[in-house]
Amino acid sequence: MTEESMDVDVSMPTNAVEEYLRMERMPHIWCPGCGIGSTVNCFAHALEASGLDLKKVAVVSGIGCTGRVAGYLKLDSFHTTHGRAIPFATGLKLANPELKVVVYSGDGDLTAIGGNHFIHAARRNVDMTVILINNFIYGMTGGQVAPTTPVGATASTTPYGNFEEAFNLPYLAESCGAVYVARWTAFHVRHAAKSIKDALLKKGFSFVEILAPCPTLYSRRNKLGDGLDQMKFYAANSEIQNDADTKTVGLTFQGKIVVGKFVDKDKPTYLDSMNNFYIQKFGDRYAPYKG
Amino acid sequence: MKADPKGVMTGAFFIDGDHACAEGAIAAGCRFVAGYPITPSTEVVERIAERFPLIGGIFIQMEDEIASSIAIQGAVWAGKKAMTVTSGPGFSLMMEHIGLAAMTETPCVFVDVQRAGPSTGLPTLPAQGDMMQARWGSHGDYGIIALCPNSPQESFDLTVKAFNLSEQYRVPVLLMLDECVGHMTERVVIPPADQIEIYPRRYWEGPREGFLLYKAGQDGVPPIVKAGDGYNVHVTGLTHDERGYPVMTAAAQEKLVHRLVDKIRLNAEAIIEFKEDQVDGAEVVVVSFGITSRVAIPAIEQARQDGLKVGHLRLITAWPFPKKRIQELSAKVKAFVVPEINYGQMVHEVERSVSGKTRVVPVSHGGGSVHNPKDIHGAIVNSLKG
Repeated sequence: MTEESMDVDVSMPTNAVEEYLRMERMPHIWCPGCGIGSTVNCFAHALEASGLDLKKVAVVSGIGCTGRVAGYLKLDSFHTTHGRAIPFATGLKLANPELKVVVYSGDGDLTAIGGNHFIHAARRNVDMTVILINNFIYGMTGGQVAPTTPVGATASTTPYGNFEEAFNLPYLAESCGAVYVARWTAFHVRHAAKSIKDALLKKGFSFVEILAPCPTLYSRRNKLGDGLDQMKFYAANSEIQNDADTKTVGLTFQGKIVVGKFVDKDKPTYLDSMNNFYIQKFGDRYAPYKG
Repeated sequence: MKADPKGVMTGAFFIDGDHACAEGAIAAGCRFVAGYPITPSTEVVERIAERFPLIGGIFIQMEDEIASSIAIQGAVWAGKKAMTVTSGPGFSLMMEHIGLAAMTETPCVFVDVQRAGPSTGLPTLPAQGDMMQARWGSHGDYGIIALCPNSPQESFDLTVKAFNLSEQYRVPVLLMLDECVGHMTERVVIPPADQIEIYPRRYWEGPREGFLLYKAGQDGVPPIVKAGDGYNVHVTGLTHDERGYPVMTAAAQEKLVHRLVDKIRLNAEAIIEFKEDQVDGAEVVVVSFGITSRVAIPAIEQARQDGLKVGHLRLITAWPFPKKRIQELSAKVKAFVVPEINYGQMVHEVERSVSGKTRVVPVSHGGGSVHNPKDIHGAIVNSLKG
């Protein structure tokens, strides 16, 4: 663990985040040992620490296990189509720049079917926070191979093992233009909450990847034990390397996991660029766009 | 209410149907357009891109049509009126999001300037081959509205109407141009803003407590709120209850989907618009829409000169279809002749309405040009033989 200062309080009792949840929708659909719920807990604490006006926070999800997050958060929440949370969020943000727009979805949703939208939103530096829960697999549909499945891991559609190289998501996000990039695991709840808070308060396209156990469809098939075993694995094999070169943080099957805050830089957002450009172009004829 | 004068380009202009569509959107209050370049629709977004910066609008060229067709829905939930514009291949890509808009009752406008397909087909040449896709393209059951202008003037007028209907019924409205109407240049009169009727968004005005996002009123349409207003809305493409929460049962499906279909079906007579010419007393009625309704005119005039009693019914609303009117006429006429630039789409709806009571003659055309009026004339003459 680092000595990095933690201004996010995660010592509250577990029901402390209830005010952020639609409790009438409990119990949730996630399996025992699934890491998604832990990340929602981190998100709620991050929201609290951020001081954001919750009325102005909107969460957009795609489809899949993590896609269900939007439905459990007591915020304006949108459960869209598979892979398309980011373009929906783009419309939401550009139409009302006062909103803090968060995309909360899974690895398959955001980087396979939604990969094109991910890279373009990062390129445009649309002001949004993307929280990607990476469980290395398509959970909702029964454990199929994902663009994040490590070589050598087994999935229902790679019954002999996966031979396709996986995405290194922090590297992808940084190279496409993200201004904030961090990776943690569901074990690193304090760090993850802190990173989410920082990402929420960052102007521009911020990206937080959180690795999470999928005991039902990833760990079991790969004989990695249950959710707790995966958490122990994360604890033993993660190495915090803040500011690491994202080229070097690719993941391998049950190999070392480099976590940390990798990128934190400033760049004009899409709307800032647009307004600045048009003010130069049109002068007083242009009223800066505010929504 | 009346249109916001900001941006309404009142006056008489010589512009094409694509440009007129862009002006119609602006007059209707649209301030968010997302699109992806595709012939023959691109001129719509080009004009929007030029006009929007100085009237407070946002145009964004997205990475594809899939993104465009959902970015507009995000914008709507943030409070904007929004539109996307495309042609056949892009329209195919947008189908899932037409379903999402129908399911989540997101008022928005999709413009399809039709070209010949299937696939890449004839990108620069006309067709009317997307009419059934407009009705049934997304999976599952839902009601939809589709309008078919036949001139640049009507492209302006019906774009305004498309926005109004989308707000009134909280439904995606499809504006089905064809390449000819899109690229045809004619006189277009844009009225003063105070002469343009605008149907405002049906925002909830009651108490905050107990508000239900999907509790419909008498007309089957629920009121709406927007993100940021503190309602903590949940909007999902899953089957949902009146709170908007997912419910995975046949009973919830029946309740929701039945209403999505009924809100258009039961309001059809109020939505439907068509124009008739000499239909009363006609032996043959030509049913047409879009550019084909203009190509049919010399054929109809020739047949009238031949001594035949020929009426003309022009669809302005393709969906919902004026089934009742066609049923009434089917008891009186000897035949319907249905020319369209496809191998038979709206003709199926005429046949369904006629239900065997009288003859229905399609005049098919694979696309790439308009009909030769002689073919329509020949069909009118032959429809009365034997």
